[in-house]
Amino acid sequence: MKKFMNSADDFLKESLQGFGAAHQDVVSCHYDPNFITRATPTKEGKVALISGGGSGHEPMHGGLVGHGMLDAACPGFVFSSPTPDQMLAAAEKVDSGAGVLFIVKNYSGDVMNFQMAAEMMQGPNESVLTNDDVAVEDSSFTTGRRGVAATVVVEKIVGSLAEHGGSLHECKALGDKVNKNSGSMGVAFSSCTVPAAGKPNFDIGDDEMEFGVGIHGEPGRRRDKMKSAQEITNELLEAINEDLKPEANEEILLFVNGMGGTPLTELYLIYHNAKNMLDKKNIKISRSLVGNYCTSLEMQGASITLTKLDEELVKHWDSNVHTAAMRWGM
Amino acid sequence: MSVDFLIETAKKIQVVINDNSSEIEKLDQEIGDGDHIFNVQRGIKLVIELEPIIKDLIMSKALNQIAMKVLSGIGGSSGALFGTLFMTMAKGNAIDEGVDYKKAIEIFAEGVEAVKQRGKADVGEKTMMDVLIPVSNCLKKGVEDDKDLKEILKEAVEVAEKGMFSTKDLLATKGRASFLGERAKGHIDPGARSSQLMIKTVCESVINS
Repeated sequence: MKKFMNSADDFLKESLQGFGAAHQDVVSCHYDPNFITRATPTKEGKVALISGGGSGHEPMHGGLVGHGMLDAACPGFVFSSPTPDQMLAAAEKVDSGAGVLFIVKNYSGDVMNFQMAAEMMQGPNESVLTNDDVAVEDSSFTTGRRGVAATVVVEKIVGSLAEHGGSLHECKALGDKVNKNSGSMGVAFSSCTVPAAGKPNFDIGDDEMEFGVGIHGEPGRRRDKMKSAQEITNELLEAINEDLKPEANEEILLFVNGMGGTPLTELYLIYHNAKNMLDKKNIKISRSLVGNYCTSLEMQGASITLTKLDEELVKHWDSNVHTAAMRWGM
Repeated sequence: MSVDFLIETAKKIQVVINDNSSEIEKLDQEIGDGDHIFNVQRGIKLVIELEPIIKDLIMSKALNQIAMKVLSGIGGSSGALFGTLFMTMAKGNAIDEGVDYKKAIEIFAEGVEAVKQRGKADVGEKTMMDVLIPVSNCLKKGVEDDKDLKEILKEAVEVAEKGMFSTKDLLATKGRASFLGERAKGHIDPGARSSQLMIKTVCESVINS
């Protein structure tokens, strides 16, 4: 394992300290329990948005704390859910009386820990569960689809509504709507190494890719031989389209997300290939996002997320945002 | 069951888990995300470190301290599930007036039921519940049938092992292995293995006492 680290035990804390210092105009980091809040207190009457999850997916979620997005984020250990005491401490700090909306990715650990926090919490709260990954089946026999990169889209759009005075109920409903209108799928070329583990999470051959990989390197649909970028992109989009069923002339957000170890050069190449295919199907790309937002440590790979847009979603996507990882309009 | 017993047993569990850590890690890398063994090891270490704080506490308070420590110190599913187990045991009826083996079995069974609710998992879903539920049922049945304690515990050790091995051929429907579908078949669930080792250690330490 080669990593910039001094010790596995201090890995997360030192990274958080650097993050807090580098972005002190936007966020402030709190320790034991660990949580990240905006540098300024929540406006009175504004619904507080709190997300969180295992670390290792940066900039999600700490990098999405700030005006127009989250009020707080709770980072767990690498690839391990945060704990209820973190959520409770964060809620106490950012709840301005209008209630708390938890945004949770559908993984058993995250769901259970956020649920316990919600049970222990005083005051109104709701949760939005994201499950945009079309790679794995959603049926009553599984934990369900995983929440992956569309969580970023949910946080942007709901963050805007909350900033514009949306009620707790409205924010929850909009979050569910964005999630329902989003589909994602990823592919990995290489594994990733959790610092405490010291060795790769899975083995993969030089000429292989894991198709439908999860954001912790969990297996997806199948192990394939490497293919061209256009072929991979087509297969990812086909899987998403099969689930999301965008119609011709429908407007969508095309989000090409890097897993951490793939350069932007390749992400833009994927974008180009995705545009080729979507153009052919007359699906209109009306908004775009390309970059590393929902990562898996140093994993080489990428995911594509499509979100079907309407006027309301476009308005909230376009509105001002100022976080460490995303900034426009201000 | 005394607070001293809890601490001493945690120390024995630490040895057993450490001895089997690479096996559990490997199982988790095959069908999970590889973090289970670190979570379990961290949790046990934190519980043992509680010794000076809990050693003179009454049972309900000691169990509650353990619950909160496990919950906040582990994270992931393990933290929530083990936290729920101890939190429920701490609420057991009249446990501060003494916990004999019948009472211990009663509160353990209540804890397992709460874990089942929290994780929404039952027997046959390739999780630690494949160990905990049969063990809990076996212990309760043993008390009902008025069997000898050592006999009950020996049976529980066997039931735990059987439950652990049963996860090998199961299709996972809960937890992270569920995302694998058919691919999870043929692998023992790491959570079932770690809980089986813990059950075995607790039972054997009573049998040999």
